[in-house]
Amino acid sequence: MATKASRSAARLMMAPAVILLLGWMLVPLCMTLYFSFKKYLPLRGGDLGWVGFDNYVRFFSSSAFWPSVIATLVIVGGVLAITVVFGILLAILLDQPMWGQGIVRILVIAPFFVMPTVSALVWKNMFMDPVNGLFAHLWKFFGAAPIEWLSQASMTSIVIIVAWQWLPFATLILLTAIQSLDSEQLEAAEMDGAPPLSRFGYITLPHLSRAITVVVLIQTIFLLSIFAEIFVTTQGSFGTKTLTYLIYQRVLESQNVGLGSAGGIFAVILANIVAIFLMRIVGKNLDA
Amino acid sequence: MGQITLQQVTKNFGDVQVIPPLDLTIEDGEFTVFVGPSGCGKSTLLRLIAGLEDITSGTILIDGADATAISPAKRGLAMVFQSYALYPHMSVRKNIAFPMRMAGVDKAEQDRRIEQAATALNLTDYLDRRPGQLSGGQRQRVAIGRAIVREPAAFLFDEPLSNLDAALRVGMRLEISELHKRLKTTMIYVTHDQVEAMTMADKIVVLRAGNIEQVGSPLDLYRAPRNVFVAGFIGSPKMNLIEGPEAAKHDAHTIGVRPEHIDVVETDGQWQGRVGVAEHLGSDTFFHVHDTGLAEMLTVRVAGEVNLRHGDTIHLNPRADQIHRFDDKGLRIQ
Repeated sequence: MATKASRSAARLMMAPAVILLLGWMLVPLCMTLYFSFKKYLPLRGGDLGWVGFDNYVRFFSSSAFWPSVIATLVIVGGVLAITVVFGILLAILLDQPMWGQGIVRILVIAPFFVMPTVSALVWKNMFMDPVNGLFAHLWKFFGAAPIEWLSQASMTSIVIIVAWQWLPFATLILLTAIQSLDSEQLEAAEMDGAPPLSRFGYITLPHLSRAITVVVLIQTIFLLSIFAEIFVTTQGSFGTKTLTYLIYQRVLESQNVGLGSAGGIFAVILANIVAIFLMRIVGKNLDA
Repeated sequence: MGQITLQQVTKNFGDVQVIPPLDLTIEDGEFTVFVGPSGCGKSTLLRLIAGLEDITSGTILIDGADATAISPAKRGLAMVFQSYALYPHMSVRKNIAFPMRMAGVDKAEQDRRIEQAATALNLTDYLDRRPGQLSGGQRQRVAIGRAIVREPAAFLFDEPLSNLDAALRVGMRLEISELHKRLKTTMIYVTHDQVEAMTMADKIVVLRAGNIEQVGSPLDLYRAPRNVFVAGFIGSPKMNLIEGPEAAKHDAHTIGVRPEHIDVVETDGQWQGRVGVAEHLGSDTFFHVHDTGLAEMLTVRVAGEVNLRHGDTIHLNPRADQIHRFDDKGLRIQ
């Protein structure tokens, strides 16, 4: 795209996509902003006029707000830690030449194709059910009392479910990164006297840093807004109410669109704060 | 010290034997070049010596001690890879320091050796850069620096110059040769380029399909190639190998004449032909001569500029004392 004509042609060609994407993003955002300054109760009188920052103050000072922020961050952090650590281990494992490699790789990637609602239901009913679940049977087999996963260890359960869904994504990205590592570098390190663990620490891990950054950034974006897993398992009880779920409750269960919209704006701000921190911490890996 | 001895070493990949039983001794302080066409097993042989591949059978001795089962790091050998294999996230200084850091050399000694290597290799200004910010030749020097600081018993070079452009290659060739003269450490150098082999080596090992075809000094190989393969491989341009009646005149199955050992005469040459492509290099001219009545096309090297063009008739006389004779098995007849 060297000439002036081709550049403007390119802009023209891209315009529909850009406009559509911008509209897709801007319209809901503006509507959320608009409603967040209104008292709007669809079943109790509808639009009751402007209220300024009332909704924000109410949402912010509600007793459910901080716990929901913390719950969100715990889930995001927990899932990130599990997927990155196990993703690296799985990627190293899958990189080894072995029999049936192709099939194993497809199997590992499979959970990513399962819809969040379905996987959460499967986990809830087939694994974590205190009576019929596989875990319950396992616990009974060893003579222990089955754990009521979703009520006694609600947060852990949700982190496990979501991590299971995102592990394939992390593994896939990290596997491709590991495969791009020049084997001569590892051999050079071996000649230089680095034992396997040092080779991992000094060569493999730095090589993976960019892929880890990508995994962390993309997952954070999606994990901040997880909803289905909570909706079909705990319904926000037992301390699993995330910011997203709190907003959903305000809008649909309390039928308070204005309050929910204010919460939505908080969520946007929270997402940006997290994003800025992440960019600061790991974003420098993307430059080099 | 750095004497390396291979005794009956073999290597199989699955059912394929890439190195048939092989014996070789590399003397301390010697610059040995493994040369051969691609796929001849020369890199594999180097990796066997380095310990990066396990040998299938046989023994490797380093300074008389059995090193067959010793891990690569403990053999005291340093390797320079074709891709340089620098650690991209570390600065040049850290790259060079890495082997010493792994060996637990103390900080002051590390700095001293880095300083020494950097001075020797002209890297002082680049110590804080990353490999990605260096040119090909500089990266090559960093890789060599990383090898030097280990003070190894022997250096192993795996086609280290093949990623450099022609001019830089000549320069680095000189630098490595000078390095060898200065350090007097054993060096084993793998290349497919016979010019590198001829110019750098004390001893050349010509390999084909894992077999050693001939071992000797560059001029031994040039003057008395043991068989047709070595004759054709060593020397540039390639030796003319002629079969049939012309060879029978010399009681041989094949005769070989190097392009530089054929004289161009005005008239009445032993061979007469038509000039095909003429490569004018200035210092030399290479003529490809067709229609000489021989089955093979001849290459002739003439010093300086010669005014013969495509299609001209040329008269040639091979120097009788420079004709190499080979029997029907391709072996040299003395």
